[in-house]
Amino acid sequence: MKNKIQHSSIVTRWFSGVISNKKALAGSCIILFFVFIAIIGPFLIQSPTEFLGTPLSPPSNKYLFGTNGQGQDVFSQTISGARQTLFVGFSAGILVVLIGALIGGIAGYYGGRTDDLLSLIINIFLVMPGLPLMVILASWLPPGPGTLLGVLVLTGWAWNARVIRSQMMTFRNRDFVSAAIVSGEKNIRIIIIEIMPRMLSLLASMFIGSSIYAIGAQVGLEFLGLGDISRVTWGTNLYWASNDLALLTESWWTFVPTGLSIAVVSFSLTLINFGIDEVTNPRLVSERLWREKIPKKNISNGITPVLKSHE
Amino acid sequence: MSKSISYLIRRLGFYLVAAFAALTLNFIIPRMMPGDPASIIFARFRGKLKPEAIEAMRQSFGLTNDPLLVQYWSYLKGILGGNLGTSIAYFPEPVSNIISSGLFWTIFLAGFSLIVAFSIGTLLGIFIAWNRTGKLDTLLPPTLAFLGAFPYFWLAMLSLYIFGFSLNWFPLSHAYGNQVSPGLNLSFILSVIYHAILPAFTMIFVSLGGWMLSMRNTMISTLGADYITFANAKGISSRHIMLRYAARNAILPNLTGFGMALGFILSGALLTEIIFSYPGQGYLLLQAVKSQDFPLMQGIFMTITFAVLAANWLVDIAILIFDPRTRK
Repeated sequence: MKNKIQHSSIVTRWFSGVISNKKALAGSCIILFFVFIAIIGPFLIQSPTEFLGTPLSPPSNKYLFGTNGQGQDVFSQTISGARQTLFVGFSAGILVVLIGALIGGIAGYYGGRTDDLLSLIINIFLVMPGLPLMVILASWLPPGPGTLLGVLVLTGWAWNARVIRSQMMTFRNRDFVSAAIVSGEKNIRIIIIEIMPRMLSLLASMFIGSSIYAIGAQVGLEFLGLGDISRVTWGTNLYWASNDLALLTESWWTFVPTGLSIAVVSFSLTLINFGIDEVTNPRLVSERLWREKIPKKNISNGITPVLKSHE
Repeated sequence: MSKSISYLIRRLGFYLVAAFAALTLNFIIPRMMPGDPASIIFARFRGKLKPEAIEAMRQSFGLTNDPLLVQYWSYLKGILGGNLGTSIAYFPEPVSNIISSGLFWTIFLAGFSLIVAFSIGTLLGIFIAWNRTGKLDTLLPPTLAFLGAFPYFWLAMLSLYIFGFSLNWFPLSHAYGNQVSPGLNLSFILSVIYHAILPAFTMIFVSLGGWMLSMRNTMISTLGADYITFANAKGISSRHIMLRYAARNAILPNLTGFGMALGFILSGALLTEIIFSYPGQGYLLLQAVKSQDFPLMQGIFMTITFAVLAANWLVDIAILIFDPRTRK
């Protein structure tokens, strides 16, 4: 019971620490805004697949972002595209971290033969180029969000597994783990209850990094035409823009809103990761401390000054 | 020295295992799909393909009635003999012929952008970590991170739109102009460079920030190490400490990342090539996807995997040279 209280306070302290960081706060607000739009937006706009007016008409009062090559409203398409893209992106982010934590955690915790075998598998997946592998997988499977999700998870988990494995190896020899083993706790319990909460920052920044990867790769696959092209997503928006010769017809409005949305989402996620790093990375924390204490004019080169610390 | 050679041989062994795994994956994927691959292909190409093309495809997939192991064996023998099957879209051209014409352009474009982005990014990272109280360190990382947030191919679309269509500064497609004849002459080389500038620059801009940030962060960690403080106390010149003491060690994670990032960067390069109609693997990939040319897709997967594995081995050699701990 006591254990539980201690862990929940780790989590709440972590969250309040991260949210107090300006970058993380700004990033989180933008992401929440996009998630909000993805959830309720499609109910408020006209149908994104309806033929409305002259194809490829530039932005006007009637069509805020213009119309695309099929005479559909680009504004509606941008808003309803957010839903599937963000859903698949974040789901892939979660799954990739879970699988990475499972496989990397087992490899790092047990060591020996188990580690040798799992490390080999992890490393093989790491050196295989992602996009070509995704392309052959997605081309054989029926197109749709499920296929995208599976393909993204299969090609994305290895990096996380590798990082978690090395973290797990450093935790494995700590005193609190030895104490837990001696007191007869089960290995699975030690991994999940004792060790994982202490990797919270790592897991969170992995989730964010994996979601960025998943959104980018998903859009790339759909741009190639490997998604379900009858659905409206950010990837298929770009697919149709390129298919309807957006560049030759100089209709920039068919691809700029979607691309900017993707970039703003990825950038906000990156900002959250910067924030987590600034709050939890001891090296960066001590950097901030000496910068606050030593006046700028006294610093002559880039070497970290030696400070007497009382904290 | 013998230790380092045994290390390189061990790494080579790993890459052979990885190559073998890729070959096996390539064999298994079509056979794992619901239904049998031959009938999937039949269904998709009903009436569009000549019977002999379908027969050639069965042959190239090894889709005979033999037991799986026999199929696997003949598939491996075929691949080792350089036979990647027959293309559907370019029937009856063998896949290996089609791919070899595009591989050069991909390696040229992606390799060039990668090396430029890596060098500039790493140098910038060293510089801004050293001057991390300056303005540049507060401005550059967020700017480059924002650029890095765009999908490669989308930034390629935008730059083609602005610099190709609107301003007309750069050619819109292809690797060289159609008025020059390929060969080792000046006008051809100039034309190749002129055509590569825009695609290369979009790729460099997107990937620069990643290299710079990771170099900056390791550099900052290294600058706090005791041996750096000691070197400073000994009176070694700042410049020497920056480059020979700190940067030399801080570059190692970036170097490892170089090998790891290859696959990712090549993926981005393939999509960028599609936007610029650059005649590399990316262009072939798009053709293959559009015409559902499975043998061509799998051939591209195989060649790119082998290229990445070979490049990783070269990175291992570089790490061996830079990091004395691996030579112990």
